[in-house]
Amino acid sequence: MCRLLSITSTDPISPMVAIRAIDVMKEGHDGSGVGLFLTDLGGEFYNFKDEPILSGIFSNEGLRNLDRYMIDHDFMVKYKLSIKPAKNPPVGTPKRDNYVIRVYEYPEEWKGLSKEEIEYRLMMVQLQLRYMGEEDESMLIFSFWPDVIIIKEVGDPMAVAHHLGLDREELMARVILAQGRQNTNYTINIYACHPFFIQGMATATNGENTAFIPIREFLISRKFPGYAGYQSDSEVFTHILHYMHNHLGMGIEMYKHIITPLKDNELDDHPNGIWLRKLKQCCRPLIVDGPNCIIGCLPDKSVFMVQDSKKLRPGVVGGRPGVFAFSSEMCGLNAAIPDSYINLDYQPMKYETVIVRSERQKIEIWNQLEALTHPH
Amino acid sequence: MESVGSINPSTLSVKDLPWQIMWNKDKCALCGHCTTVCPVRAIELGVHRKRVLQVSIGLEEKPCNLLSVYFGIAQRTDVAHACVGCGMCNMVCPNNAIMPLRSDEIDKLRFHVNQGGEPRRRGGRRNSPDSILDKIKFVRISMLTDPALDAGRHEFELRTMLGRILPPEEMQKVSIENGWMPPVRELYPLIIGSMSFGALSPNMWEGLQMGVAYLNEELGMPVRICTGEGGCPARLLKSRFLKYVILQIASGYFGWDEIIHNLPYMKEDPCAIEIKYGQGAKPGDGGLLMWHKVNKLIAAVRGVPQGVTLSSPPTHQTKYSIEEAVAKMIQSMYMAWGFRVPVYPKISATSTLLAVLNNLTRNPYAAGLAIDGEDGGTGAAYNVSMNHMGHPIASNLRDAYLNLVKIGKQNEIPLFAGGGIGKNGNLAANAAAMIMLGASGVQTGKYIMQAAAGCLGSEGDRCNVCNIGVCPKGITSQDSRLYRRLDPEKVAQRIVDVFSSFDMELKKIVAPLGRSTSLPIGMSDALGIADADAADRLKIKCVL
Repeated sequence: MCRLLSITSTDPISPMVAIRAIDVMKEGHDGSGVGLFLTDLGGEFYNFKDEPILSGIFSNEGLRNLDRYMIDHDFMVKYKLSIKPAKNPPVGTPKRDNYVIRVYEYPEEWKGLSKEEIEYRLMMVQLQLRYMGEEDESMLIFSFWPDVIIIKEVGDPMAVAHHLGLDREELMARVILAQGRQNTNYTINIYACHPFFIQGMATATNGENTAFIPIREFLISRKFPGYAGYQSDSEVFTHILHYMHNHLGMGIEMYKHIITPLKDNELDDHPNGIWLRKLKQCCRPLIVDGPNCIIGCLPDKSVFMVQDSKKLRPGVVGGRPGVFAFSSEMCGLNAAIPDSYINLDYQPMKYETVIVRSERQKIEIWNQLEALTHPH
Repeated sequence: MESVGSINPSTLSVKDLPWQIMWNKDKCALCGHCTTVCPVRAIELGVHRKRVLQVSIGLEEKPCNLLSVYFGIAQRTDVAHACVGCGMCNMVCPNNAIMPLRSDEIDKLRFHVNQGGEPRRRGGRRNSPDSILDKIKFVRISMLTDPALDAGRHEFELRTMLGRILPPEEMQKVSIENGWMPPVRELYPLIIGSMSFGALSPNMWEGLQMGVAYLNEELGMPVRICTGEGGCPARLLKSRFLKYVILQIASGYFGWDEIIHNLPYMKEDPCAIEIKYGQGAKPGDGGLLMWHKVNKLIAAVRGVPQGVTLSSPPTHQTKYSIEEAVAKMIQSMYMAWGFRVPVYPKISATSTLLAVLNNLTRNPYAAGLAIDGEDGGTGAAYNVSMNHMGHPIASNLRDAYLNLVKIGKQNEIPLFAGGGIGKNGNLAANAAAMIMLGASGVQTGKYIMQAAAGCLGSEGDRCNVCNIGVCPKGITSQDSRLYRRLDPEKVAQRIVDVFSSFDMELKKIVAPLGRSTSLPIGMSDALGIADADAADRLKIKCVL
């Protein structure tokens, strides 16, 4: 089963902290891939907080196509971090030409557009580039969003990290989400590497979601262009979160009510049972069937973890004020924050959502059986 | 000289019949039970003359004939009394001396069951054992990364919904505006399909209702039963058990006077209202209750005179078109119960299904769609309708579901599939296959009649005399001498058995697929079939 780790810290930290924790949990992943989501960036990127950053892998030809496309669409490169990998990649990692992390300036004509419109257009640029490079794999695009960097590669996480030199200061970030992949029933495809990202939010999951097909059908039939891809059954978790957040306007405390709703008899006793039952009915195709542990990051840089009742070994969250980590295994947490206050360690159970907000002062625990805080 | 006997075109021999009675003289006790029980009087007391040649040893006495008589069974060969193969004679025979056997070749009777120009009518089923549903396998078994679940000990949520479900955005809006939210019922995905009071005997009906009540109130299984077109006895309408009942209205409107009159006395709303536009067994044809079965009780419930054949028109005569029917009829049914009861149409499977479905998607009141495939059963229909009319359910249901997926309304209009579910005994497997093809639930009638009441029908044209009220098991008869054979308590017990075992089998299917938190509607990746064309048509895996 894949291994997950997220770390959220007041002071920017190196992605290597997460990679080392993933490495500690190596028994559980087969080195078939690694994914890193970095946000609330430190380093040089801190100076470009509002400008979109493109993350991806490009062949030389793909890079030329990218430049052509971006120039045509009036995007100017403002800052770039070039990662020129060593000639011989580690075993299992394909040879790549360019790993690209570039900050662009918004086109002139985007000025004055609403936030929603800009966010929509950024997503569409990401999708168009992805589709352009899909056939010949000349362009692999992971994100195009302000204050977000995503790095993905096939191979052993530690070996990939050394290969790409991920200990660079520019990549320091306050929120890091990482996954060490255990390739399951789908072929090794870099787009199947977690974390998955859409419009500012990302999730990584372990386990397998057996309700994948009906969920995918439901999401695709929302006709939102971003609900695409699905090389992994776990991508739906990100898109359900997005659908809930952006289309239904609900906060993170509703996520579990959608993916793992309460049972009928539990709803009978819930203070908001009548409304929650309606929600359960109309979001029925979004009910997941795990076992799954999901760690994610919201646009406001809150980090959360949820899991379903079938997850026999729950993930854990712990740390100390200022720095917290979410890990699929206890040893990952210990590796990420060796000096954490162990009395703060918390393993969320089947009703719970744990959240660490961007203030990074405490672990909030939200229980599904509690009354809802917002009127719905 | 004129011959003593005569042969006319419809004179048949025993050999010409589909069923031949095999009778063993040595075992026969001449008790007469078989001739009494035979529903079609195919056998009668036979007085057989026999000549024995007596040849003495020696030459003194000349050989002579000894004429003797013995008693036994004679099989009648006229069309009206041809054996239907029900086998009741065998069931009542103390010595197992008699049994109908299927002819070894195609019978000649079929060319003559139109005496007086009246084509054959019968009850029962399509008499074709083929079933694509039986060929579907569940191939996505959870292994290693997602271990299979324990069907016996894990918690499963296997309920479904009937009712118009709003899309999430609209649900929020209606909720904030405190507007009307369509009623939605949460129920068990196996519904007892529409079999009318009239088609079924009072004892059978009572047994079904008791079984359903027990399942709901003692076992907590929200099982629902549809009345079919024939109304509902007032005692049930006024009882708290009405909430387990789906009332059907069909083109004859039989029984609806009684229902409307009882509206003020209802303590509970019915589960739902099913508007029957078509029936899979006889698509494009209306209900048919032959005069044999219209006795005083049935006449009273249906509001008709006794002893007349009740043929419903093929369509609702007050409506000009499906659009109007859907718009007006659904709405008026909603109004009758103050918009608290879901109303949905039932149609026979047809290649024009998508036109109906698309119409429903635009009607905010349509609470679902029941589709009845060609393998559905019936109490009475023309043979030609049953055998040759209709559309198989699997591809029709799949088309409907995928169409809903295309327009994003797969969760808004639940589809219920009927017609051939469990026709060869594989109820849970067939039901699970339909659910994974996209059905929210299934309706079944024949399986219930066989398992809960011992119906003798098979897919080999056995019995099939439901239409003329002579059901030897008392399931579809209105003759108290027949239906007293059926103990309602025992039927209820069997209903409970059927649902309990179905539930376990369904769990045994979904558990290895790793599904437990919701009914796997549309989980088509779990399905496979060893037929490339079928796989392609149903958009599932071809597995060899």
